[in-house]
Amino acid sequence: MRIVCPLCGERSHTEFRYGGDATKKRPAHGTEDRQVWHDHVFLFDNPKGPHREYWQHVLGCRQWLVLERNTATNVSGESRLATDAVTR
Amino acid sequence: MSDRYSALSLARHALSDAPWPRAWRTPEPKSSYDVVIIGGGGHGLATAYYLAANHGIKNIAVLERAYVGSGNVGRNTTLVRSNYVLDGNTQFFEFSMKLWEGLSHTLNFNVMLSQRGQIVLAHGPVQLDVLARKGNIMRLNSIDAELLDRDAVMKLLPYLDYSTEARFPIDGGLLQRRAGTVRHDAVAWGYARAASSLGVDIIEQCEVTGFEISQGQVTGVRTTRGPILAGRTAIAVAGHSSHLAAMAGLRLPVESHLLQAFVSEPIKPFVDHVISFGAELFYISQSDKGGLVFGGHIDGFNSYTQRGQFAKVQTVAECAVALIPSISRLRLLRHWGGIQDMTPDGSPFICRTPLRNLYLDGGWCYQGFKATPAAGWCLAHTVANDEEHPLSRCYGLDRFERGAELDDYAIGNWTYKQ
Repeated sequence: MRIVCPLCGERSHTEFRYGGDATKKRPAHGTEDRQVWHDHVFLFDNPKGPHREYWQHVLGCRQWLVLERNTATNVSGESRLATDAVTR
Repeated sequence: MSDRYSALSLARHALSDAPWPRAWRTPEPKSSYDVVIIGGGGHGLATAYYLAANHGIKNIAVLERAYVGSGNVGRNTTLVRSNYVLDGNTQFFEFSMKLWEGLSHTLNFNVMLSQRGQIVLAHGPVQLDVLARKGNIMRLNSIDAELLDRDAVMKLLPYLDYSTEARFPIDGGLLQRRAGTVRHDAVAWGYARAASSLGVDIIEQCEVTGFEISQGQVTGVRTTRGPILAGRTAIAVAGHSSHLAAMAGLRLPVESHLLQAFVSEPIKPFVDHVISFGAELFYISQSDKGGLVFGGHIDGFNSYTQRGQFAKVQTVAECAVALIPSISRLRLLRHWGGIQDMTPDGSPFICRTPLRNLYLDGGWCYQGFKATPAAGWCLAHTVANDEEHPLSRCYGLDRFERGAELDDYAIGNWTYKQ
């Protein structure tokens, strides 16, 4: 599998480390409802198809990326820096 | 219905021209069943068998998307063992081991259990201490375990790398003699045949596309072969548990990951045991056909592709050669990938769900195959009584809320690191 890093270009996925589902939104600080935290930490959509996920380019620029990848085919699409994805 | 296999039936068939009957019936789906089990793998078929054999429920359908044996029951390294650490896991997998020991007789089908012994290696004194603790826990639970020092391992496994150049020196190991291998296809076929002969309808080429739900209760399933009403419905589709659960509006603590396994070209008898490397996740045994069967860690990111990445092939081959240098020139003959449910604590689910009359068997991580008989036994109990079996109470969907995780390898809350 190949992943396009926005800074380094197309590389083997072995240069990257998977970092989980990027569509999850961390509950606000001070959230007291334990169910909210449980769902955030433990539950996954785990779709068979398009998936937005974090990867870190550990053997490259070491930046965290948000990658669009299809889990049914492993075809990966657009990636952007996670910092951009968060501030956008 | 198939007749009973015996020396007599073998002789009778040898003398007659009549072909052997099919091992299981291929009925058309009925419009309604007492229990519908989604997934015709080892777990689904075992559940159907034990529902019929232990609980007297005979009006059962097992729905299989492809064909019996096409999923993970045929995509593993066929190992069975019961060397766990945490209460819950220890007792459950030992129960499974005991069911394995009688399974060929129970099913009247030779599943070729070979209790050749499994040795987990230690590559340092600290690791040997950890194995000693594990062995003590096993023995306290009446499970066989023997701690081996370096000399004892050398005697049993003379072909490992004991040289001073070995990347991971071998300090000892933990042996479970009752552990071993089972022919995995035979497990699927044996349960299918035994369940079918008790009246269970096994319906292949029948994919579930949705659930009928009214007032928080599952009343049936929609399939590619028409709707089927169900008194109770069980999901046993590990690898695709999230996919099925999503059709019922449920989210699970599961991510789907890919695990590869490999078979080398056949060689003469060489590896007499199951060996687990201690420096990396790697395990090896030799099949009856002579191929070395081995596997490693998951690929590391979620995937439903059933097609592995080359990087893992390389890592696993490196482990193999680091442990047994003499196999460095063996060629890989076959290689496959299976999709497994990975959970945040590495332990499975056999339980009720938030929807009434819907039950779940999933989240099996690396341990689905060895759990097959016990999982079927416990899920059958759960479905029949609408209550978890005492041995699988620890495998509820609510265990994360309760702080009752079962993280046997103490890895932490990452599905892709379990």
